Amino acid sequence: MNNIYDVIILGAGPAGLSAGIYVSRAKLKTLILNEGTVGGQVILTHEIANYPGVETTNGFQLINTMKKQAKDFGCTIKANLNITGINLLNKIKEIEVNGSDTYKAKTVILALGGKPRTLNIPGEENFKGRGVSYCATCDGEFFTDKEVVVVGGGNSALEESVSLAKYVSKLTVVHQFDHFQALPYYVEMAKNNPKINFIMNSELREIEGEASVKKVKIENLSTGQISELNTDGVFVFIGYSANIDKVKDLITLNSSGEIVVDNNMKTSIEGVYAAGDCIEKRYRQVTTAVADGTIAALSASDYLMNFE
Amino acid sequence: MLMTNLNHVESAENHKKILEENENVMICCGRMGPMCLPVYDIMEELEDKYKDVKFYDMDFDVPDAYVIKNAPECAGFMGLPFTMYYKNGKVVKATTSIQDMDQVSSILDEYFEKSEYQHSKVAD
Ligand SMILES: Cc1cc2nc3c(=O)[nH]c(=O)nc-3n(C[C@H](O)[C@H](O)[C@H](O)COP(=O)(O)OP(=O)(O)OC[C@H]3O[C@@H](n4cnc5c(N)ncnc54)[C@H](O)[C@@H]3O)c2cc1C
Repeated sequence: MNNIYDVIILGAGPAGLSAGIYVSRAKLKTLILNEGTVGGQVILTHEIANYPGVETTNGFQLINTMKKQAKDFGCTIKANLNITGINLLNKIKEIEVNGSDTYKAKTVILALGGKPRTLNIPGEENFKGRGVSYCATCDGEFFTDKEVVVVGGGNSALEESVSLAKYVSKLTVVHQFDHFQALPYYVEMAKNNPKINFIMNSELREIEGEASVKKVKIENLSTGQISELNTDGVFVFIGYSANIDKVKDLITLNSSGEIVVDNNMKTSIEGVYAAGDCIEKRYRQVTTAVADGTIAALSASDYLMNFE
Repeated sequence: MLMTNLNHVESAENHKKILEENENVMICCGRMGPMCLPVYDIMEELEDKYKDVKFYDMDFDVPDAYVIKNAPECAGFMGLPFTMYYKNGKVVKATTSIQDMDQVSSILDEYFEKSEYQHSKVAD
């Protein structure tokens, strides 16, 4: 069983790296396989001011430290992979990568995290980087004195709108409901900004342009009427969904598509644990992901003690 | 200065020299931001696999970054990072905003040599 890992962790965000730190420190042979860049959503975060014990940091620094800790304890990390096969039902679990390599393990921790929701409308993919953006801090300056649309009505949408308003000449928030999900503080800030307008009860249907975005088509959800709005950019902040595509047919999920776990992070499959933003829970933060990862790691270690 | 393990393009002069001395060059011009970090990470990983390609980053905020920002191929770009692929000193492809491993690899395969990297059949 030399080629068999004790633990394979899928996902190298805070949950996966924390689990990696714990299991590799317990001298378990550990492999972390990650589909994207190590760090997950944390590298989307410019400033983290609510991670206890660290006054203020950015996502990149925090994750680099976690990655180093995991590696220093002997954890192998492979990133930017394509997970092409997952077999969790047998006692020895198998993960196929890039359609060729197969890695085996006695236990698997799913730390798959979440991804930003996209609009999935015509023009979105085409104009990515040419008017369509998912990061106001990154791309705001390209829209100086231009008009933009922000899609969404949660904290991120309104907070980013206020930050974008520093650059743009006019900003229109398009939101699908007649009220906002954001905290009153963010709503007030956005409403008090003279550059920010609101189109409620409405959804974007199409993004059009030539070299870059020129206009959007908006449907009023109450009347079904489609109108056009000229704009230079579209910023999308419509929340996050759990990355369960690759396990959704294998494991028990709740109705929101999140992995169901017990208090020990055990899933519906023997020897398989889950942690972080991909599980059923209310609060999604670095601290909660790190805590889930720790519990999953300790539970997996326990499971391995009786593994025959 | 970008905190990556890639080689950095330091100046316009350095940029010119790199293009003169190397047949295949990929340069990612960005910041230490969420859309840029994944591209640097992918490049670091591909360095070993595409031996005939030179991988560099360049700080978007240094004045000499005009060599990329003002390139005609970047007209209309509104998303960081700006990533340039050069063959014999000429731009063969430019992309804007975040890219994933498949997107970067397929550009490298199309314009430069094919990936020599082979996954071992039985993984350790
Ligand atoms: C813009 C933004 C700002 C935020 N700010 C804060 C903040 O200030 N403070 C705070 O505490 N929290 C913040 N959060 C929330 C925090 O980032 C998340 O709660 C946390 O990152 C969740 O960690 P995770 O490990 O569960 O998932 P993720 O960080 O999402 O990591 C999951 C990883 O798994 C990989 N993956 C996905 N599918 C697979 C697969 N099939 N196989 C292998 N790998 C896979 C992904 O590529 C990713 O790398 C913020 C989130 C965002 C988006």
